[in-house]
Amino acid sequence: MSSRLSTGGKLIDRSLSKEFMFNGRRLKGFEGDTLASALLANDQVMVGRSFKYHRPRGIVASGSEEPNALMETGSGSKLEPNQRATTTKLFDGMRVKSQNHWPTLEFDLGAINSTFSKFFPAGFYYKTFIHPRFAWKYLFEPIIRKAAGLGNAPKEKDCDTYEYFYAHVDLLIIGGGIAGLAAASSAVKSGLKVLIVEQNDYWGGRAIVDEINIENGSGSDWIYQQVKSLSNEKNVNLRLNMMAAGVYDHGYVLLHETLTDGSNKKMELRQRLWRVRAKQTIVATGAIERPLAFAGNDLPGVMLASAVRDYLVNFGVSCGDRTVIVTNNDDAYRTAILMKNAGLEVPCIIDARPSVSESLSKQVQSLGIKILTGKAVSTVTGSKRVEGVAICSHAGSGEVLETVACDCVAMSGGWSPVVHLWSHCGGKLEWDKKNYMFKPDLTSAPLGANGEGMLTVAGTANGFLISRDVLSDGYTKSKEIIKALTGKVPKISMEKAHSGDESEILPVWFMPQGATRKLKSKTWLDFQNDVKVSDVELAAQEGFESVEHTKRYTTLGMATDQGKLSNINGLAVLSNSLNVSIPDVGTTTFRPPFQPISLGAIAGEARHELFKPIRKTSIHNWINANGGVWEPVADWRRPFCFQRNGESIKEAVEREIVNTRTNCGILDASTLGKILVKGPDAARFLDMIYTNVMSNLKVGKCRYGLMCSENGFLSDDGVVARLSDDSYLCHTTSGGSDRIHAHMEEWLQTEWWDWKVYTLNLTEQFSQIAIVGPKARQLIEKMGVDGLDLSPEGLPFMGFSEGFIAGISVRIFRISFSGELSYEIAVPALKAQEFWDLALISGEEFEVMPYGTEALHVMRAEKGFIMIGDETDGTVIPQDLGLDWAISKKKEDFIGKRAQMRSFMKSENRWKLVGLKTIDPSVVLPDGCYAVDGESNSYGHKNMIGRVTSSYFSPTLERSIALALVENGPDRMNEILNFPNLDGSVTKAAICDPVFFDKEGKNQNV
Amino acid sequence: MLLINCPFCKERNETEFVYGGPVGVDRPDPNAVADQEWVDFLTLVPNPTGPVFEKWWHARGCGEWFVICRDTVTHEILESPDEKS
Repeated sequence: MSSRLSTGGKLIDRSLSKEFMFNGRRLKGFEGDTLASALLANDQVMVGRSFKYHRPRGIVASGSEEPNALMETGSGSKLEPNQRATTTKLFDGMRVKSQNHWPTLEFDLGAINSTFSKFFPAGFYYKTFIHPRFAWKYLFEPIIRKAAGLGNAPKEKDCDTYEYFYAHVDLLIIGGGIAGLAAASSAVKSGLKVLIVEQNDYWGGRAIVDEINIENGSGSDWIYQQVKSLSNEKNVNLRLNMMAAGVYDHGYVLLHETLTDGSNKKMELRQRLWRVRAKQTIVATGAIERPLAFAGNDLPGVMLASAVRDYLVNFGVSCGDRTVIVTNNDDAYRTAILMKNAGLEVPCIIDARPSVSESLSKQVQSLGIKILTGKAVSTVTGSKRVEGVAICSHAGSGEVLETVACDCVAMSGGWSPVVHLWSHCGGKLEWDKKNYMFKPDLTSAPLGANGEGMLTVAGTANGFLISRDVLSDGYTKSKEIIKALTGKVPKISMEKAHSGDESEILPVWFMPQGATRKLKSKTWLDFQNDVKVSDVELAAQEGFESVEHTKRYTTLGMATDQGKLSNINGLAVLSNSLNVSIPDVGTTTFRPPFQPISLGAIAGEARHELFKPIRKTSIHNWINANGGVWEPVADWRRPFCFQRNGESIKEAVEREIVNTRTNCGILDASTLGKILVKGPDAARFLDMIYTNVMSNLKVGKCRYGLMCSENGFLSDDGVVARLSDDSYLCHTTSGGSDRIHAHMEEWLQTEWWDWKVYTLNLTEQFSQIAIVGPKARQLIEKMGVDGLDLSPEGLPFMGFSEGFIAGISVRIFRISFSGELSYEIAVPALKAQEFWDLALISGEEFEVMPYGTEALHVMRAEKGFIMIGDETDGTVIPQDLGLDWAISKKKEDFIGKRAQMRSFMKSENRWKLVGLKTIDPSVVLPDGCYAVDGESNSYGHKNMIGRVTSSYFSPTLERSIALALVENGPDRMNEILNFPNLDGSVTKAAICDPVFFDKEGKNQNV
Repeated sequence: MLLINCPFCKERNETEFVYGGPVGVDRPDPNAVADQEWVDFLTLVPNPTGPVFEKWWHARGCGEWFVICRDTVTHEILESPDEKS
C-alpha cells in the first residue's frame, strides 16, 4: 500500500494537518502537500477512470505532466473541473471528486468497454458511426457525449476575479532550477532587469530531490543561497507558481500566475495572466521522464521512477511497500536507493540493458537490491492496482521467467527535454543520438523583431542530463545573453556541480522487444486517451504515415496533457512500424498553452458589463427610466419602443407610429454617425467617396448620398450637409460611423495622401434629436426660436440652419426618414437631455410622444426607404434598389463605379427592390423568407427568385407590408409570388411599388 | 505578437494594428482597364514570402497608416517608418 512515512518530507509541515474530502471520504494531509501526495498518503492509489475504456487509473507523475489524476475541486461558484492533483495544493476543507466514471470510481459500468477493447481500435468512432448519417446527431453523439468527456463544466458563475499584468524586461528566465538560478544571478549582477518564474511553489526543481553537490555543499543549500541573494536585488523579480504558457513573436511571452489555492470561500483574486515583452528569454524548463511501454503499464501503482522518489523525498510518502524498478537508464537507480534507504522493499531492478556499470551495481547490490539485466516486464498483474510483475527477457516475446510480488512499479524510459516553449515560435529540434531524445537545435532559434535569436535554452531543457553540465550550461547561456544585451563580456564566477558520469541509455520504446500482439494491445502509450501500441501500429498499417495524421486518428497526445508523457514513445512506435528513423517521422507541433489555463484568467477583467462595453447616448438614462425596451444597435443600445402601462410591444409600436403620423413624435437619433470633412479638397474627395455629386451641393443644403465599396456594393448611406465652401458634415448609419471614418482615412492616407482634407468623427460630440410629425414645427416654435426661420420658405425641405432653440445652440436639419414634416436637431451632447426635457414640456399640448427604432423602421418601410443591413447584405448594388437617381453619370470616377460597370452588374436578372402585399393583409411575411418559382435546379433544390428584406404590419395602412429583392422584380408588378413557410404552408404576396404611403410627398412638403 | 513601430506612438503590440496588405500597384485608371483587369486589381492580392513592404493601420491608436518592410517568413522587421511628431 502507499502510505505516509513517519519521517521525511522536505515540502510538508507535519505540525499543520489538513482535512479534506475525496469522493465523500474524509482524509488527512499536511500543509505543503499536493492533492496527489495527500491521496497517496491515504493509500488512494486509484484516482480516476480512463477516457475511452474507463480503465482504473492511478497517479503516474508528480508534476504538470500528470495524465490521469484529474479532479473536480470545489463546488458551486468555486467548482473547477480537470484540476491536476499533482499541481493542486491541498487546503483544509477541500472537497475533491474524481471524474469520468459512472456510477462510482470503484465500480464503473463503462469499464465494459475495456472487455471489448478489441472492438474499439484506433479510428473506431470514425469507422462505426458514419452511417446512417442522421443517427450521428440524434443517437450516437448524445450517448457518446454522456459517456465520454473529461469533467463537468461549472453551472454557476465563477465568483472569483482575475487580472492581467504587463511587464517589460531585459531577460525572462523560465524555470527556477539550478540552470535558471545560475543564469539569473549572473544576469542580475550585470545590471539587467530580470524576471525569473517557476511553475512550482518552490525553487530548485529536481535538484531538491536528487541530492547533488555544488561547490562542496548540498544542492539545496546552494539553491537557498541563490534565492536569498537574488531577493535582495532590486533589478530582479522572482515569481513562484507562475507557468509560462506560450512564447510568441518578437519576445512576447504569456505567463499564468496562480495567486490563491481556492480555499477562501468568498470572492478573491485567483489568477493573473502576465503579458511580458522580453528582450531575451532563457528557457530552463528541465525535462520530463518517459514512461516505459509494457503490458499493464496503466494499472494504478505503475508510476514514473522520478515521481516515486519525489513523493518520498518531498512529501514523506511511500508509493508502495514493495517497489519494483523497471528501467533502461541509470537515473532510476536513484529511486531504488532512496526507497531502500527509507526502509522500504525493492525486490529487484529490471534493467533492459545487457549490463550495468560496476560501480553502480556494487552500490545497489550492497543495499541488497537484485539487478536483473537484459530483462523486461512481460505484464503487470492485478486488476485495480498492481499486485506483481511477470518478468521476461527483453530480447524475447514475453515468455514469463518469474513473477515478483509488488505493489508499486517505478518505471523510467529516460528523459525528454521540455522543448515546448522553444518550439512555440519556430525553434527547430534535433535528434540526440546519444540520449535518444529531441532537443533544441540551437542553430535555428526563434527570431525577434531584429532578425536575431530572441530565445535560448539552458540546462536540462537543452539536453544536459547531468548536474555538472546543467549548471555550467546555465552560466554559459546567461553569459551569451548578457553579451548580446549589453555588448560586454561579463565576468562570471561559474560555480561547479560535481557529479559522476552515467552509463548510456538503451532505447526501449516498448518491452519486450518481440512483444506479441496480445501484449501490445495491453501496452499503453497515452494513458489519458487510451492509446495503445497496437493502435499506433494499426494506424500505420492503415496508411497514416504522417505523425500529425496519426495523432488525430488515434488521439495520441491529445487532450489536457497534450502527450507530455506519450509523444516520444508513440513516435518511436510509429517510426518502428513505418521502418523510418524517429527524426524522420518528426514530432507533432507544440502549441501554446504549455498547460491548460482557465477561461477566467484569459478573460481577466473583461467579464460581464466590461466584456463589451455599451455605448450610451446622452438620453440613455431617460430612456431607461421611461419604458424604453432596449435592443442592441452596433455598440449602442437603442429603444425598440417605449412601453406604457400594460401595453404589449406591438401595441406600443403601433401607438408610436399613429401618434407620429397624426400629432408629433420625438426620437433620439444620436447614434447616427457624424463625420466632419474639411479642407480645400473636401469636395473633390466626397465626389470620390459618394456615388452622387457632392461638389455642387450648395452651402446650407443637404443631400442624401450613397457610399459603395470598390466592388461596387452599397456600403453605407446618409445625409450630407455642406457647412461651408470647404467643409461638409457627413451622416452615416448608426453602425457605420467608425467603419466609414476608417474607410475615408484609408483612402486619404494610402491613395490620395496629397489631397488636403481632414476628417473628424464627431458622432459623440453631437446628439441628434428628431422632432417628427404634422405638429413638429409648432412644437419647436413653442420652445422658443432665436436666429432661425422655420417657415417652409425659410427652412425648406433638405435645408439646414444654425441658431438657438430654447436658448440652446443648435444645427437644425429639415430632413425626413418617415415621410412626415421632420426636423433633426443637432445639439452639443451635454445639452441633449436638457433639450429633450424642454421639447417634452413644450410638446405636451401637441401630444408629443417618444418613439423607438421599430416605429422608425415601419415608417421608413411605409415610404419605401431602404435600410443598410436590411435591404443590403454586401452583394447589393444601389441600382438593385432603384437608387439610380443617386448615382452620378457625369463623374469620371467614384469608389465602386468601375465595378458597377461590369457586365453581370447590369444583368437583367438581378434581384431588385419591390414592395410586397400579402394576399391576406393580416399575415406578416417572415423576415428573410424566400420566394420560389415551383421549379427545381439540378441538385433538386427549389429555385429561389426573391427574398423578403423588411417585413412589418403597417398601422398606417392597416395591413402587412414588405420590401423584397426579386429577380427582375420591377418588371413583374402585380405578379403573385409564393413564399413557403417552415411548416410547409405557403404565403402568397403580390409585387407592388415599394413606396406604400404618400408617394407624392404631401406630408413632408408642408 | 509582433512589435510594430508606429511613426507617432513608437513600438506597440500587433493587436493595436490592422494589417492593410502589401503595398501594391497604384489604383489603375478605371476608365482605361478592362473588366478582368479591374477584378484582378481588386482580388489578386500578392502574397509573397520574404521581405515585403506592407501597409499597417494603427487602428486602436493614433489612426496613422504607414508602411513597414517585414520578412513574412521570419517576421523580422527590416524597415520601419521615420518617427513623426
